[in-house]
Amino acid sequence: MEMLVYLIPISLFLGGLGLAAFFWAIRSNQFDDPEGDSRRILNTDWDDHPKP
Amino acid sequence: MSAPVAISACPACAAAPLAEETARAGSERAQGEVMLSLPTIHCAACISAVERALSAQPNVAEARVNLTLKRVAIQGSGALNVGDMIAALNRIGYEAHELDPGTLSATQADRAGRDILMRLAVAGFAAMNVMLLSVAVWSGAADSTRDLFHWISAAIALPTIAFSAQPFFRNAWSALKVGRLNMDVPISLAILLAAAMSLYETMMSGHHAYFDAALSLTFFLLAGRYLDHRTRAVARSAAQELAALEVPRAIRLKDGAETTVSIAELAVGDLVLVRPGGRVPVDGTVVSGSSEIDRALLTGESLPVFAGPGAVVTAGEVNLTGPLRVRVSAAGEDSTLHRMADLVAMAETARNRYTSLADRAARIYAPGVHLLAALAFGGWLIASGDMRLALNIAVAVLIITCPCALGLAVPAVTTAASGRLFRRGMLIKHGTALERLAEVDTVVFDKTGTLTLGAPEPTNLAAIPRPQVELALALALASGHPLSRALAKAAQSAGIEPAQLTDLAEVPGFGVEGHQGAQRLRLGRAEWVGTVPGDQTAVWLQTAEGALVEFTFADSLRPGAEAAIAAFRDQGLEVHLLSGDSVAPVADLARRVGIDTWQAGVRPAEKADYVGDLAARGKRVLMVGDGLNDTAALSAAHVSASPASALDAARVASDMVLLGRDLAPLGRATITARKARRRILENFAIAAGYNMIAIPVALLGFATPLAAALAMSASSITVSLNALRLR
Repeated sequence: MEMLVYLIPISLFLGGLGLAAFFWAIRSNQFDDPEGDSRRILNTDWDDHPKP
Repeated sequence: MSAPVAISACPACAAAPLAEETARAGSERAQGEVMLSLPTIHCAACISAVERALSAQPNVAEARVNLTLKRVAIQGSGALNVGDMIAALNRIGYEAHELDPGTLSATQADRAGRDILMRLAVAGFAAMNVMLLSVAVWSGAADSTRDLFHWISAAIALPTIAFSAQPFFRNAWSALKVGRLNMDVPISLAILLAAAMSLYETMMSGHHAYFDAALSLTFFLLAGRYLDHRTRAVARSAAQELAALEVPRAIRLKDGAETTVSIAELAVGDLVLVRPGGRVPVDGTVVSGSSEIDRALLTGESLPVFAGPGAVVTAGEVNLTGPLRVRVSAAGEDSTLHRMADLVAMAETARNRYTSLADRAARIYAPGVHLLAALAFGGWLIASGDMRLALNIAVAVLIITCPCALGLAVPAVTTAASGRLFRRGMLIKHGTALERLAEVDTVVFDKTGTLTLGAPEPTNLAAIPRPQVELALALALASGHPLSRALAKAAQSAGIEPAQLTDLAEVPGFGVEGHQGAQRLRLGRAEWVGTVPGDQTAVWLQTAEGALVEFTFADSLRPGAEAAIAAFRDQGLEVHLLSGDSVAPVADLARRVGIDTWQAGVRPAEKADYVGDLAARGKRVLMVGDGLNDTAALSAAHVSASPASALDAARVASDMVLLGRDLAPLGRATITARKARRRILENFAIAAGYNMIAIPVALLGFATPLAAALAMSASSITVSLNALRLR
């Protein structure tokens, strides 16, 4: 049971990391165009070489 | 002979500086960011095509398409030319319109949405972690382990509730302050009591803590709120976009100089120039110039009216042929347009009196739940004498009956339904519009601009001898008047070549004249060629020999009009037609689309009265109209719709806007609305069914945190899935 002392903080930390990432994503406007983003991955523009 | 030439040369020389000025005004405004609306964009290929085309334009630093909003934002590194960018997009096959960034201040709605999303994310994170700890407790953790888990849960749950549940607390408080109960009161009470009781139980090392229930309750309810907000935000941003397409400007004449000013800056007594094709920005009197005025949007008349010096014009009318100088008699707040808008604001409050299904449910529900919890507390206190046990059971009742499913029941369905209608080209502007649409049993249409496009097409071209059509075509090609253009288009598509005429000149307000050899020909108003006008829209051709030929016109039908009316009749709805136009064109149209009940020559107030009478007879009326003469009726109706081409005031007054030209989606919208209503009622039934099982269990004191969590999740998920069936 002593493992709990490590495991619970670790799980909370990892979850918190996810939450922080979500906050960052909202703040940097990444949810402004869900429709467009889902289509952009089908774009063939930079398939052969990376965008300069 | 030189006079007509001078007249024909004048519009051209007036137009050239105009073009230059537009270009200059465009580039000046475009220094930072430009927004274009792209109504036809829909795929991945479109995105890259548009972005590539715009990046190739000079001074474009970045162009980014937003497919969700069907817009592109262009960042400039220098002066941008909006005209060129629109032309470039048109060349590769995309329609583009400039948007007024001032009108598009969607930031506030964005911030509210972001706020709810943050709270939702925090609630979700906390609920999942606490649920994880709770699973350990449910599966048998005991004594100090259980207490430790409860304390950790408390440490996560209490700050989360303080942050995430704030919107509910705020709404509940504002309702209680004015002595009313809304859905947020039982919600807030359940969350707060559950948290407080759980904290107490934790301190006393009790068996049951409801932290997970309080958190998942917050999470599910916030999800409902977010869906609700999103639907409204989408509708609002699309409505704003429609408004941003019309930039309210006027050309003021001062000491001979033309300046483009915003309408708000105009004062009574100013002189305003209205160019052909432009909308009259103010109420006023014509000082000089002669033209024809289209007042279809204001009165529903399809016949243009002659306007010369001394004629009174009203804001919203469209100038057709010649430039007019207008002395302002009422601007801004005092103009007819604005007085109409006041009328609309009054009707808005009447509409807000409609009680939505959710409100009706809350009205029965909130007192019922409180009563039940109070009874449970009192009953158990008397029966057992144990205060802590009684409180525990009362809280369990509050949590289990808490309107998780009720909170999701309506927004989940309206989101699905409005999303579906939006994809078909219909915008639902008002929150309860769908519910009201489902109750409709009578549909009242306006004619000009609603059932018709407000664009004329010739009706008797085939009956007229070909040489005369050739003459008319030659004359019509020299004019920009809508009737001339319609005549020219129809004749050309019939393969007719124009006759050879010389010295063609347009006489604004009257028609076109030209010469065949030394003989004069005219095409224009009846009075101008020396005859009496009939009751149909017509232009007259006066040939070289002096013979008179009448070309009659009828308004072309809006695509989908027949389909929509047929759909309404199939659903057993009554269809009426009301128009401010004269009898002949209305009767003709009614026969064409198959409407039996129609009235012509109806004044705006009479339209509203007509709708009011229907309502008094117990009918639920859907009013469809586009003009200023319809606004009163639109506001008076149970629910209303207008096409995107409608006047701003009419769009504001209506609950739904048709985004495309097609009227057909309207016919199917009632079906979707009725389905949505049925789903909402089903959802209420599901929620009630869960409560019917859960309440006795809770009242008897058998409810555990596990049972509460199961009941809550199961009912919320069932309700959401049921809503998705609508697609």
